[in-house]
Amino acid sequence: MRKLPPLQIGVAAALALAAAACSSSPSEPATTGGGTASSEAKPLAGVTVEVAAKWTGDEQASFEKVLKAFEEKTGAKVTYASTGEDTGAYLGPRIQGGNPPDVAILPQPGLVQQYADQNALKPLSPEVLSQIDQNYTPYWKELGSAGGKVYGVLVKAAHKSLIWYRQSAFDDAGVQEATTWDDLIGKTAQTLADSGTAPFALCAASGWTLTDLFENVYLSSAGPENYDKLAKHEIPWTDPSVTTALEKMAQIFGKKDFMLGGSSGALQTDFPTCVTQVYGQKKAAMVIEADFVAASVGQSGAQVGEEAKIMAFPKAGDTAPVVLGGDVGVVMKDSKGAQALLEFLASKEGGEVWAKQPGYLSPNRNVSPDNYPNELTKKLAETIISSGESVRYDMSDLAPSAFGGTDGKGEWKHLQDFLRNPKDIKGIQEKLEADAAKAYTK
Amino acid sequence: MTERLDGPQAPGGDELAAGGSPGPAETDSDVARPPATDTDTDTDTGADTSADTATDPHPADTTGAATAPRPAGGTATTRLGPSPKMAVLFLLPALLLLAAWVIYPIIYSIFRSLFDAAGDRFVGLENYAAIFSDSGTLTTIRNNIIWVVVAPLIVTVLGLIFAVLTERIRWATAFKLILFMPMAVSLLAAGVIFRLVYEQDPDKGVANAVITTVHDTFSSSQGYPGARPRENDQAPVVLKDGDVVTRQPVQPGQQVLIPLVGLKPDAVKDATPAKTAAAGGLSGTVWLDVVHGGGGTVNQIDGTEKGLAGVTVEAVADGKVKATTETAADGTFYFSGLPAGSYDVRLPQSNFEAAFNGLTWLGPTLITPAIIGAYIWVWAGFAMVLIAAGLSAIPRDALEAARIDGATEWQVFRRITVPLLAPVLLVVFVTMVINVLKVFDLVFIIAPGSVQPQANVIALEMWRVSFGGGGNQGMGSALAIFLLILVLPFMIFNIRRFRRDER
Repeated sequence: MRKLPPLQIGVAAALALAAAACSSSPSEPATTGGGTASSEAKPLAGVTVEVAAKWTGDEQASFEKVLKAFEEKTGAKVTYASTGEDTGAYLGPRIQGGNPPDVAILPQPGLVQQYADQNALKPLSPEVLSQIDQNYTPYWKELGSAGGKVYGVLVKAAHKSLIWYRQSAFDDAGVQEATTWDDLIGKTAQTLADSGTAPFALCAASGWTLTDLFENVYLSSAGPENYDKLAKHEIPWTDPSVTTALEKMAQIFGKKDFMLGGSSGALQTDFPTCVTQVYGQKKAAMVIEADFVAASVGQSGAQVGEEAKIMAFPKAGDTAPVVLGGDVGVVMKDSKGAQALLEFLASKEGGEVWAKQPGYLSPNRNVSPDNYPNELTKKLAETIISSGESVRYDMSDLAPSAFGGTDGKGEWKHLQDFLRNPKDIKGIQEKLEADAAKAYTK
Repeated sequence: MTERLDGPQAPGGDELAAGGSPGPAETDSDVARPPATDTDTDTDTGADTSADTATDPHPADTTGAATAPRPAGGTATTRLGPSPKMAVLFLLPALLLLAAWVIYPIIYSIFRSLFDAAGDRFVGLENYAAIFSDSGTLTTIRNNIIWVVVAPLIVTVLGLIFAVLTERIRWATAFKLILFMPMAVSLLAAGVIFRLVYEQDPDKGVANAVITTVHDTFSSSQGYPGARPRENDQAPVVLKDGDVVTRQPVQPGQQVLIPLVGLKPDAVKDATPAKTAAAGGLSGTVWLDVVHGGGGTVNQIDGTEKGLAGVTVEAVADGKVKATTETAADGTFYFSGLPAGSYDVRLPQSNFEAAFNGLTWLGPTLITPAIIGAYIWVWAGFAMVLIAAGLSAIPRDALEAARIDGATEWQVFRRITVPLLAPVLLVVFVTMVINVLKVFDLVFIIAPGSVQPQANVIALEMWRVSFGGGGNQGMGSALAIFLLILVLPFMIFNIRRFRRDER
C-alpha cells in the first residue's frame, strides 16, 4: 500500500516547499549598480510604487492609511501586495523573475543579509540614512546593514519584554507588579504559589517562547554588549554570563509549583494555549510573552487593560531589558518613489501617522507616545524610548535558523530539555555551544 | 516519498518495453493467449484483487506487472488485439512520466546526497556517516525500528480478529463500515484528533478521561492535594519525604501550629475558621495560612483563616508512630493519654496526594506508543477489509470438513483459516511495513514541539533537515536514500509475490 491521498498531499507540500527553496537560492544577476537616487523626494506625481508586506486584515488597513498619507504628501501612487505568511516564498520567485516589488517589508533581519548576498537589494539613499540617524539608535542601523552598506530600516516593532498578568489572580493573592527578577520570583510568584494559583503558564511546547524568556533574562543580566556578542556567537554559549541567566531561569523551571502542570504540563502546552490557561481557564496568573498576546487575550474573553494587564519584564541585572521583534523595510528596485517611501516610513511624520492606528508600535524614538490610541501601547513605546541604546532585537531571529528557529533542534530543543531537567546547566550549555558552533560556521 | 517508493517498479516498466519487442517475432504461432488472459482474470478475483488494487492502483504499474510475465510465459502465442508497437505507443507517456517523476529524482537524490548543505562541495559519503553519528538521527532510526516491529503486527492481528469476528455477526457491513471509516479521514486530521485525545487534562483528553474515571471508581483521592508548608526558615513545619513534620520536637502540653499553604482560599470557603486548640495533652491546629486578597500574619491563626478538617495526624517518637488522630472541623487535633517525652508531629503524605491525573501521553516516554495507537486506529479497518476479502475466498468445504471431523472452532481457526489466509496476511503485513517506514504526518502533528526529538522518525527528519529550518538538502537526500534502501527489500518481496501469484 503506497498511495494514500493524505501522504500525497504531504508530498505535494514538500515539493512545493522544495520548489520555493530552490527558487530562492540561486543568485540573481544584478541589474543596476549600487547607485543611490539622490534627487528631490517630492513631488512624485505620476510615479508608482509597489510595496509588499505580510500584513492582512486590520494590519493591512492600518498600513494602507500610512500609504495614503504618503500619496497625499508626494503625489505618488502606491499599490500594496500581501505576501502571505511566508514572505520568502513570495519574494523568491519575483526576485528570480526580475520583477521584485519596489519596496518589501521583511519579517526578519536575517532576510536582509540573505537578499543582499543575492544582490537583490538596493542600498538606502542618503535621505533615508539621515532619517535613520535622527530617529534610530546605531544598533538598528547595523541590524539593517550587510557588507558595510545599509539596506533596511525597522519600521514596525513587536515588544517582547513583557509579562502579562491576570488582575484578579493578583488581587486574590494580594501581590503587586515586580520590578526586579528577585521580587518576581521571591515575592510575586512565591505568594501566588502559596495562595494556590500557579504563577506562570509557560507555552514550552513552542520553543520560541523559551528563547524569548532567555533573551530577556540574558539581556538584563549580562548587558547589551554581551547580548550582541552572543547573538553573533563571538562568545560561546558556555560563557559564565549564560550560566547566570540559566540559573535565573532555573528559579522558575526548578519549582513545579511555579508552573501550571509542572514542567511536563508546560512542555505539552503550545502557544497560545498558555494565554487561554491564564485568561480563559483562570488557572494561572502570568504569561511571559510579547505584545501580540493581546489577540489571544481577547479570544479568551478578557479585557486588555482591565483583567489583562502588563508589566515590563523585571530587571534581572543592571539593564531593564527591551527585546524587540519586528519588520524591516528594504528597497528592491532603485527608484525615486521607493527611496521616498522608505524615507517616509522611517521619519517621525510617517511613524506618527501609523502610530495613531491600532496594533502598531514604532521603534522610532522620535515618535511621541502620545500618538498611540491606547494606554497599553503608550506604555510599551515609553519603555522603548527610555531604554534607548540598550534595546535589542530578538536574538534567536538573528541566529541561523537551524540554531534559533527550528522545532526540535538547537536552542529550542535545548531550552526545552533544560526545562525538563533544570539541574544540568553545564550540560545544556555544552549542547547549546556544540549546536551553535555547527550552525554559525555554515 | 510516494514517488520514490515507486522506484523499484520502474525496472518492471523497462522490462515491459524490452519484453514488448521480442513479441512480434512470436506473434503468429499460437492461439493459447486468450485462455492466458483468462487465467489472469481468475487469479485476480478474491483476495488478490483487493491486494492488487490496494497496493498498485497506478494504472501504468499494473499494466507493467501484468504484462511482464509474458516473455517469461515463454511459449509462442498469437496475439489478439493491437500490435505491440501500439502498446509501446500507449505506454510511452506513462514511461516518460515515470522517468521524470521517479527515476530522475532518485538519481538526483543520490547525486545530491554526496554534496554538502550548499550543494557545491563534494563530501563523498560524509552525509551517510553523519546519519549514524548524530544522536538525534539515531533516535529516529530507533523509533522507526519500534514502529516497524510493533505497528504492522498489531494492525495485521487486529485486522484478522475483526475480519473473522465480523463474518459471524448480523450487522457485519455496518460494523466494517465503521471500522473502515478512519481511512476516510486524512492522516493530518487524524493527527489533530489524537492530539486532543491524548491531552493531559482529563476535561479535554478522552484517553485520560477514561483512565481517571476508571481509576477514581476504585480509589478516590481525598484530603488536600497541593497543600504544603511555607518554604522559609520560620515555618514551624517542614516537608520531609512528602510528609509534613514539625521542625522541632514537641512535648505533651504544647499547642502545635501547623500552617499550610498552596491551596486556594476559595477551595475551603465553607470550612470552619481555624481555632487554637485547647490546652491539655498534645494538641494543635492544622489550617490554611492564606488570606484571600493577601495580608494576615504568617504562621499565626488570623480570624478568617480556615481550619483543614479530616487531616490524619501522627505523633512519632523514635521513628515509630505512637498515636494517630484526625483533625476536627476547625482544624484542631488532640492526642490524649500520651506518655511524657518528645514527639514529632507528622501529617503523612496520604493527606496531600494529588488527584490521579491520567498518563502523560504526550510526554517523552509514551509519545511513540501513543502515536502508534493513532496509526492503528487509522489502519486496522483497512487491514480488516483486505483480510475479510481473503476470508470470503477460502473454500468453505475445508472448514466444514474440519468441523464435521470434530475440530473445535479454535482448531479450525488455527489450523485451517490462518494457513489458508497466510498469503493475504503476508501482503497486509508487508504493505504495512512499507507504509510504517515512511510514517510522517501523525508524528509531525501529534507530538508537541518539545517531544518531537523523542518522537522523530526518518521521514520527518528528512523533511526537517531539508526544508523545515535545517536547510541542508545534502543530508536530507542522504536520509531519503537511506529510507529508500530500507524500503527496497520489502518492495522487492512484494513484487516477487505478485509475480508468483500471476503465474
